[in-house]
Amino acid sequence: MSGSDLLLDYLSRYFPILLFIGIALAFGVVTLLLSYLVQPKFPESEKLSPYECGSEPFSDARMPFPVRYYIFAMLFVIFDIEIIFLYPWAVVFDKIGLIGLVEMLVFIGLFVVAYVYAWRKGALEWD
Amino acid sequence: MATLFFFYFAGIIVLTSILVVALRNPIYSALSLLIMFFHVAGLYVTLRAEFLAAVQVIVYAGAILVLYLFVVMLLNVKREDRYHPQFLLGTLLGLTLLTEGLLLVFRGTVPEQPASVPAATGATQAGSSVLPLVGNTETIGEVLFSTYLYPFEIASLILLVAMIGAIVLAKKDIGGREA
Repeated sequence: MSGSDLLLDYLSRYFPILLFIGIALAFGVVTLLLSYLVQPKFPESEKLSPYECGSEPFSDARMPFPVRYYIFAMLFVIFDIEIIFLYPWAVVFDKIGLIGLVEMLVFIGLFVVAYVYAWRKGALEWD
Repeated sequence: MATLFFFYFAGIIVLTSILVVALRNPIYSALSLLIMFFHVAGLYVTLRAEFLAAVQVIVYAGAILVLYLFVVMLLNVKREDRYHPQFLLGTLLGLTLLTEGLLLVFRGTVPEQPASVPAATGATQAGSSVLPLVGNTETIGEVLFSTYLYPFEIASLILLVAMIGAIVLAKKDIGGREA
C-alpha cells in the first residue's frame, strides 16, 4: 500500500509536465476547432488549391528529397547522442574527478576524429 | 495506481505500434511512432528511469524520428507500394517472436534481478522502498564512468563508424549522380 502512495508522490512531481502537455494539445485542438467553427465558408476551386507562395504549383509535393538532407540528419543524431553522454558526466563530475575528465577527453577525441573526417570529406558543405 | 499507469502506457504503445505498420500513409506511420516514443518515455518515468525518459524524448522523438521522416521523403514511398512479398517471412518471424514472448510470460523464467548488480546502484535499489537520495542521472553517471567505462568508450567508436559509413554511402550516391 505504502509503495503505491510513494509512487504517487513521485509521479506528482511530473504533474507540471502533464499539465504542459495538456495545455499544448488543447491549444492546437481549440485553435483548429474554433477557426473551423467561426470561419465563413465560401469554397471556390482557386481557394481550395494548394498555396505555394503565390506562384502556380508546378509539381507534386511528394517529390524525392536530395540525399544531402539525410547526411545532416545523421550527423545531428550522432552529435545529439554525444551530448546525451555529456549530461550524466557533468552531473557527477566532482565525484569522478581527473579520471572522469580523461575518460571524457578520450570520448570527445574520437568525436573530433569523426568531426574532422566529416569536415574534410565535405559532408558539412552544401555545394 | 502503478498498474493503471502501466496499462495506459502499454495499451497506447501497443495500439500506436500496430498503427505504425498498418497505416497506409508513411507520414501517418511516422507520427504514430512519435506518439509511441512519448508513451515509452512515460513508461520510463513510472519505472523511475527519469534520465532514460528524457533521453527517449530528446534522442528518439527529437532526432531519430527526423531521420525516419527523411528516409520516407528520400525513398519517396507511395501509399500503395508498402506491402511486398516479404510478408510471409515477416509473419513467420513475428509468430516466432510472439511464441517466445508468450513462453517467457507464462513460464515466468525471467530473473528478478541481474546476477551482478554493481554497488553504485545501491541507492536506486533502496529507492524501491523509499525515495532515492541520489538522483537517477547521478547514479547513471557514476556507474557509466566506473563500471561500464569500456562499453562507454566503445559506444563512441561505434558512433564514429556509423558516421563514416553514412558519409561514405551518401557521398558515393551524390558523386554517382553528378558523374
